[in-house]
Amino acid sequence: MDQRLIDLVERDCLKPEIPFFEVGDTVDVHCRILEGDKERIQIFSGIVIARSGSGAREMFTVRRIVQGEGVERKFPLHSPRIAKIEVKRSGVVRRAKLYYLRERVGKAVRLKERRVDQAKRQKYAEKAQLKIQARAKRLEEL
Amino acid sequence: MTQLFEPDGRVIPVTIIQAGPCHVLQLRTLERDGYEAVQLGYLDKPRRLASRAARGHVARLDSKRQRARAAAGVAPVPKADCEPKRFIRELRGPIEGYQVGQELRVDLFKDIPAVDVVGITKGRGTAGVMKRHGFRGQRASHGVKKVHRHPGSIGCNTDPHHVFKGKRMAGHYGVERCTVRNLKVVRIDAEHNLLVVRGAVPGPNGGLLIIRKTNVVR
Repeated sequence: MDQRLIDLVERDCLKPEIPFFEVGDTVDVHCRILEGDKERIQIFSGIVIARSGSGAREMFTVRRIVQGEGVERKFPLHSPRIAKIEVKRSGVVRRAKLYYLRERVGKAVRLKERRVDQAKRQKYAEKAQLKIQARAKRLEEL
Repeated sequence: MTQLFEPDGRVIPVTIIQAGPCHVLQLRTLERDGYEAVQLGYLDKPRRLASRAARGHVARLDSKRQRARAAAGVAPVPKADCEPKRFIRELRGPIEGYQVGQELRVDLFKDIPAVDVVGITKGRGTAGVMKRHGFRGQRASHGVKKVHRHPGSIGCNTDPHHVFKGKRMAGHYGVERCTVRNLKVVRIDAEHNLLVVRGAVPGPNGGLLIIRKTNVVR
């Protein structure tokens, strides 16, 4: 099976723009909540502790502490129920998955803030965008 | 397999099938064969790897016999006039509207809400009863020793004096024909001949399948 065929079908389901964020970032996830026919936005903010999957199947996990209790939510990155993702701050991390935060309580949960060079971040974001574009280009050739 | 999103955020698990182009290689008729069917071929095979019989099946080859038949005035059998095919299957049913050599594409499924998919399941080799038949096995503790995945008793003792035929046991599992019925057609990409169905189909990635309109009656 050609991976390109899978990309081709997934293409319409992908969001055109995903803000650049990394593991260790503190984000606000704006979720659409449907109550009957009314819709409202609920914000879930916490630290991104993992990203997994690719294409339409990409997921990310956000962890936060609510009243002393750890809460994790796993979101599909391209879900239409996610209205917006906002990056609030970045942390210094040395792993792709921050599962070690689960064993930590209190002050130890904090990640050291990474002062991000906005220009650098922009560069990374562009790089990621290029990757997506290259993938799209391969599809055009099909 | 992959997944697609509904506008309301629900996820549909889907399988992407490249359905065609298929060539009609032969038509089975009542007079000649005693049944009606359409023979379809999918995926080209290099000519150097195809046997002469396979090449002659799809295109006219010159031979002594052909010449003799032509001389005797026998009408030649219609040929599809395409490359030899890797995967050839017959689909039973009325043959009206089909001609040898016709190319069938995915738009055949345009107005069909659901399909049945026939494939060969993945091979699992020699498998135990838990995997092969879904037995529960035995307990992890409480005196069970070295038999955690065993079937347990396979029958009585003196009375039947033998194990009943058809007793489910360990053995070869997989590589068998399997039909998944009533898979919803989610989308069709006519340009690339892609059929997107909801759910899983038998076999490995890149496996070959037979797809037909579902026979599930609603």
